[in-house]
Amino acid sequence: MTNSGWFIMAVSVGSVSILLIWCIYKVLTTPGETEKMHGFEQTTPDTVNEPEDRH
Amino acid sequence: MSKHTETWSTRLGVILAVAGSAVGLGNFLRFPGQAAQFGGGAFMLAYFIAFLLIGLPICWAEWTMGRHGGQAGFNSSPGIFNYITRNRAFKYLGLIGVLIPVIIYMYYVYIEAWCLGYAVNFLFGNMDFSSVDDAGSFWGRFIGIEANGTALGFGMGQVGVYLLLVFLLNFILIYRGIAKGIELFCKYAMPTLVLIALVILVRVLTLGTPDTAHPERNVNNGLGFMWNPTKTIVETKDADGNWVKEAEIISGDKIEQAKLRSATDPNVRLTRRTVLSQLADPNLWLAAAGQIFFSLSVGFGVIITYSSYLSKKDDVVLSGLAATSANEFCEVALGGLITLPAAVTFLGVAGVAGMGTFGLGFNVLPMVFANMAFGQLFGFLFFFLLFLAAVTSSLSMLQPGIAFLEESLRINRKQSVALLGLITAIGCGFVVYFSKDVKALDTMDFWVGTFLIFILSTLQIIIFGWVLGIDKGFQLAHQGAAIRIPGIFKFIMKYVSPIFLIIIFVLWCSSNLFGLNLATLQSGSVSGYVSDLFIQPNIVAWLSVGLILLVATLFALFIALSPDFKNPSEKEANHD
Repeated sequence: MTNSGWFIMAVSVGSVSILLIWCIYKVLTTPGETEKMHGFEQTTPDTVNEPEDRH
Repeated sequence: MSKHTETWSTRLGVILAVAGSAVGLGNFLRFPGQAAQFGGGAFMLAYFIAFLLIGLPICWAEWTMGRHGGQAGFNSSPGIFNYITRNRAFKYLGLIGVLIPVIIYMYYVYIEAWCLGYAVNFLFGNMDFSSVDDAGSFWGRFIGIEANGTALGFGMGQVGVYLLLVFLLNFILIYRGIAKGIELFCKYAMPTLVLIALVILVRVLTLGTPDTAHPERNVNNGLGFMWNPTKTIVETKDADGNWVKEAEIISGDKIEQAKLRSATDPNVRLTRRTVLSQLADPNLWLAAAGQIFFSLSVGFGVIITYSSYLSKKDDVVLSGLAATSANEFCEVALGGLITLPAAVTFLGVAGVAGMGTFGLGFNVLPMVFANMAFGQLFGFLFFFLLFLAAVTSSLSMLQPGIAFLEESLRINRKQSVALLGLITAIGCGFVVYFSKDVKALDTMDFWVGTFLIFILSTLQIIIFGWVLGIDKGFQLAHQGAAIRIPGIFKFIMKYVSPIFLIIIFVLWCSSNLFGLNLATLQSGSVSGYVSDLFIQPNIVAWLSVGLILLVATLFALFIALSPDFKNPSEKEANHD
């Protein structure tokens, strides 16, 4: 591999790796980001979205 | 009156599920082939530009519109488009967002079964190939490529049993629902997938020069084939006096030999393709933009449905970026360092160049693993990795259909799973039966997996930027957001992304439908896909298109009859 090939590889792999690490860091350190999400609890498949529930 | 709604249970869960939807075979098989074909450096430049101009913008638009529609109780593209635009035509255009994942699932699950079958056969030591042709013959028998109706055998070396297993697995997981099915599976599958990829990566990068009789076949040249920005090509004159490509060369010794050869033979020349000359080729931009599309799963109708299960206080900007970055990491940092370097190390550049996705994945790589120390283990790991990537993707293809059937027919999850199971089983059976030359799969992939995705992506970014309005779109996106979208993206999402998409679509149609050579602007013969329908009609191609139209008509009927789609305001009021 040529020096320019090493450079392209390092920049490409490095940039996507840094972006991923930054995103993981932000998700894990932003207050409330790892807590239980809003909304209703998951119900069982049989009880979810029954026609009579819609109105 | 409120109703029970499904939802994700954790932030990380939804990010992993969306990332899992995006990470698939394309990351490990299609991306490396494309990057190598168009020159690592030039391709990556176009790739990252396409990522910023269409990948991220459509991704954020889908996340935002999905969550917005979800607040009114809509989880499928027809419902969400109808709710956002309040225009009847858009609910029918939204049908594309259900049709794409449902049709793709019909053939994707077939490929998923190949991956599982290959993993199992490696585990049991049945993959001892001595040549790529051997591996190709196994693949042909495994998937029934010789004749229609020969794929569904139930032996260990036939796809039938694996297809039943993966079909069952997908529907069990989708039946369990968003949190207990999709999210739970992705939470374990995605880290496992990355871990396996890292193990394989270490193995590949330590391969050295396995065959001393071919010193040019080494990891360094494998990486060079993938990443070198300048390509060195040997060209020879054909009978008409035109220069045609003979081979691409990487190693210094081979380049010196080629220089000597060109100095003594007037019919041989050595050319260097620089980054700038490669960037001038429209095909490179088309390939890079296409790869971003298919890789990120934007325009599939999946993200819009997944994000509809979020509440308005949940972040979509960071989640979208995180899921996207996870996909990019798998593609560039893992796929870009594993597949081609491994293949070139054992087969040389000549043995790998020009291989398509299936050729690389199911002919070349099995041969590579068969010849590698501990190849049985690493072959199993690699195809199990592909299997996990495929399951997380195929699961995401089912949810839009489930949501649509629940919404349009007012049925519960159990009923919608059963109905979608029936529809996809018929479609999958069709694809598997017409296995000769994978004609049905190929036709459906072209018209739905490529053509319609361009249409849906363009539609989504236009709805976000022009119908919903860019200011309102940004306001909605920033509700509960952990980070802000840079202001420049207002301009990009309103003007640049739609124009870029339309240009790419026109180029794609010119090249892939009408045979225009984009590099020389010379017209050629029309594409085989058009020819199969109108010039030399092929019965399987017509049946495949007929199946697509049949499913589309059925879905359009459901939309027309659905009271919720007739009056979205009423449903919104009931949902609140």
